[in-house]
Amino acid sequence: MPDRELTYGEAVNAALHRLMEELPETLVYGEDVGVPGGVFGVTRGLRKRYGDRVFDTPISESAILGSAVGAAMMGRRPIVEIMWADFSLVALDQIVNQAANVRYVSGGRLSAPLTIRTQQGGAPGACAQHSQCLEALFLHVPGLRVCMPSTPQDAYDLLVTAVHGDDPTLVIENRTLYAGAKERVRTGGPVAPMGGARTRRTGSDVTIVTWGAMTHRALEAAGTLADQGMHAEVVETPWLNPFDTGAVLESLRRTGRLAVVHEANLTGGFGAEVVARVAGAGVPLLAPPLRIGTPDVRMPAAPTLAQALVPGAGRIADEVRALVRQEAPR
Amino acid sequence: MSERRLADLLAMWRIRAFEEKVRDLRAEGPIVGSVHLCIGQEAVPIGACDVLEPHDALFATYRGHGWALARGVPPQPLFAELTGRASGVNGGRGGSAYFTAAEHGFHGENSIVGAGAPIACGAALAGRFDGSGRAAVSVFGDGAMNQGAVHEAMNFAAALSLPVVFVCENNRYSELTPIADMVRTPRLAGRAAAYGMPGHRVDGNDAEAVRFHMRDALEVAREGGGPTLLECVTERLAGHYIGDAETYRQPGELERIRRREPIARLREGLLADGVPAADVDAVERRARAEMDSAAAAALDAPFADPATAREHLYA
Ligand SMILES: Cc1ncc(C[n+]2csc(CCOP(=O)(O)OP(=O)(O)O)c2C)c(N)n1
Ligand SMILES: [Mg+2]
Repeated sequence: MPDRELTYGEAVNAALHRLMEELPETLVYGEDVGVPGGVFGVTRGLRKRYGDRVFDTPISESAILGSAVGAAMMGRRPIVEIMWADFSLVALDQIVNQAANVRYVSGGRLSAPLTIRTQQGGAPGACAQHSQCLEALFLHVPGLRVCMPSTPQDAYDLLVTAVHGDDPTLVIENRTLYAGAKERVRTGGPVAPMGGARTRRTGSDVTIVTWGAMTHRALEAAGTLADQGMHAEVVETPWLNPFDTGAVLESLRRTGRLAVVHEANLTGGFGAEVVARVAGAGVPLLAPPLRIGTPDVRMPAAPTLAQALVPGAGRIADEVRALVRQEAPR
Repeated sequence: MSERRLADLLAMWRIRAFEEKVRDLRAEGPIVGSVHLCIGQEAVPIGACDVLEPHDALFATYRGHGWALARGVPPQPLFAELTGRASGVNGGRGGSAYFTAAEHGFHGENSIVGAGAPIACGAALAGRFDGSGRAAVSVFGDGAMNQGAVHEAMNFAAALSLPVVFVCENNRYSELTPIADMVRTPRLAGRAAAYGMPGHRVDGNDAEAVRFHMRDALEVAREGGGPTLLECVTERLAGHYIGDAETYRQPGELERIRRREPIARLREGLLADGVPAADVDAVERRARAEMDSAAAAALDAPFADPATAREHLYA
């Protein structure tokens, strides 16, 4: 299988090319995704190559998502883009009341195999309507699949898996990652099953569970802690539904301490669900589990204000260090 | 007459000088993040806001710096907002795309396309009960005409005969896509008929034309005649956002736009009317001097204090 040096954004593009090639029922559409190639350049070249199967739409999220539900019911496999996750809110009905119900209500006679590509999260200067982390909203909805890649390889693999899957799936990307460093990406490999976790770093003192862009900050924090003799295991869970609870429990049985890190605000965040699952599984812990996220507040545009809210590597390291020291058995 | 037009020229130059200063500050670093300039579209806010009352409510979009200035928000707190200062008009909470200054009847930009239209209906509705006689203005782009919220708002306002003026700034593009590719008929004002309200296509590069139609629409609205849609045809001279490579432009397009843009046009008109070039050009210098010193003062002020980041969430 060919290996290619790709950025995260290029990896998404490569996956789209592959999917258009191998699944003739795919369509790619959304605002500015066709002729312009996407506001982040992620859909570049698709329109030229695949013609009418790739097109621009009006600024009409309800129509984009609703038409994707309808086309999917009729056997197409739409891959639609919602430019910012924040904009999905103007059309939540089509996701929550419509897409998520198709299979269940029809007793499996119908399905809606659509993929919604979107991106979310903070970036310097982004306003309150362009910086929210909304994964928990979608994770609360049975019938949807949700994943959040943080590496070029996962940006490629998760999208391929999502589109091959027969459930409505949200692939939540992150615009701060699109133009990051190139990495070796294996393209054209077999379609991986949905789900699974990634142990990004091994360690014995504490398990950090994280996803999305926070993965990189958690790894940076783990590096800092290692310099100080504390060994954090970083388990990234790019698939949030299905969620690999087993992988988290397995790590915790070895480390005995849990910190969940996400960019979304704390209350009702998916970190609460992770902690609840761990508590329910009865894995004995050496210290109460810790959640690290943005406090419950709107997101300000001024960088000095936003930095005080969104967890950075320094804050993660500090809080995890305190967690490990809390009941230091040594 | 030429006095009014000279005043319009100054008002438009204030917006342009502000925007060009913003562009510089974004390039130099003090402004970060996404910024949408209204260079080329200055005549719409200047003509429209001129005939508004202080108690009227205006709802703009992320391309709203010019609307804020036209509503009378001073430039210094706007620069301060853009550069994340505590003295910003929203203390750094809003940023470029989300200014609000209710004390100036500027009820905010909005960075969700179309979201302001239903809110404007509510502001107008409130006026029915608070005795203020308030009219509400909802500003949005051509692309926003395809957003569900805007359709709902137009019918809502029409059905309830609410005093709303819908101002569509048709700059022919939504982001990187021409409006002509996204609608069957690019004469957007024609949609008004479907909701049973008047709709007019207005030369949006002529402040006087905008003023004329706005005055009319407000009169109808205040007399209980309900909403009006004004499609103000204009063009942006800048990209959709700062950093836009503008690869979608046709050859010669920007030159053509430059010939019709409102400031150059008004300047020529004034000169043709015999206004001395020195008077005309003094206006630009005055506007630039004002914006330079406002920006400098804004940059002198302290950044927003991180300790306040959680304030103002609840009553
Ligand atoms: C609901 C929603 N969808 C998409 C966007 C992304 N977006 C921001 S501006 C824009 C184009 C809007 O075009 P138009 O209404 O013509 O206004 P203009 O920018 O030209 O002033 C788009 C698609 C958004 N902010 N909100
Ligand atoms: Mg437009």
